[in-house]
Amino acid sequence: MRALASLLCGFIFGWGLFISGMIRPDKVLGFLDVFAIPSGNWDPSLAVVMAAALAVTGIGYALARRRTPLFEAQNQWPTQTAIDAPLIAGSALFGAGWGLVGLCPGPAIENLATLSAPVILFVVAMAAGMAVHDLWQARGAAPAAKRSLAQAGAADG
Amino acid sequence: MANFTPVSAAIGGALIGLSAVLLMLFDGRIAGVTGIFAGLIDPLATDRAWRATFIVGLIAAPLSAALLGYAIPIPHLPTSLVTIAVAGLLVGFGTRLSNGCTSGHGICGIARLSPRSIIATGIFMLAAVIVVAVTRHLVGG
Repeated sequence: MRALASLLCGFIFGWGLFISGMIRPDKVLGFLDVFAIPSGNWDPSLAVVMAAALAVTGIGYALARRRTPLFEAQNQWPTQTAIDAPLIAGSALFGAGWGLVGLCPGPAIENLATLSAPVILFVVAMAAGMAVHDLWQARGAAPAAKRSLAQAGAADG
Repeated sequence: MANFTPVSAAIGGALIGLSAVLLMLFDGRIAGVTGIFAGLIDPLATDRAWRATFIVGLIAAPLSAALLGYAIPIPHLPTSLVTIAVAGLLVGFGTRLSNGCTSGHGICGIARLSPRSIIATGIFMLAAVIVVAVTRHLVGG
């Protein structure tokens, strides 16, 4: 049931990205291109997507906080609160890659459906980047610490 | 703003929010694609099933749209394969280092009013805006 529920969630998420146009890198780049504001070609759609998603998620999470999930013992809310160097550096590196091609992880993976060779290359490189990070973090750490690192990986999302 | 599509953006955004809320109500998990995908490819992972089905659902969405008659556009990516590979590496490494991407920090994190996620989103947006400005307008792209 747990896996079926997340299949449905992935499916709805994918439809959300598809309908909003956020599956398309050119549309995402049309938002990130602030030089298009004075020329009138700027596309604010991404901001509307985020606003709508935040409104629904904000209200829904407030409800979810008061209950336990259907198929799990408890909600796994993120526990990290530190605003530290990895958060800042990682966000900057991610943003740079996002700006280069207009793909972030969700739309990149969803676009695998097109079997486009450049998209496959991007997702393989993305997976490699994640693996390099995890190996780098685990280097020198004891096996127990490795496992806790792997679990901490889901802390924010 | 000829390209602005506020109605489909609002509907699509609401669906993304609905997905995030349902994943918490059903499985108690944050709908962060980075965390879900990273946990799937992690050799030490022990809970792959729900992650795998989420990814399958994500990829099935445009396929089902195609069955309904929607055109599925092939994404326009840069012609340089080196640029694509470098961008993929940056996205993969960066999202793991900061522990989240547009969904995990940008939507789920900000919806929780997490200062970490608000800062992360501000930084990755700013970095992306700068890179787009440089590649499109300063180096003649």
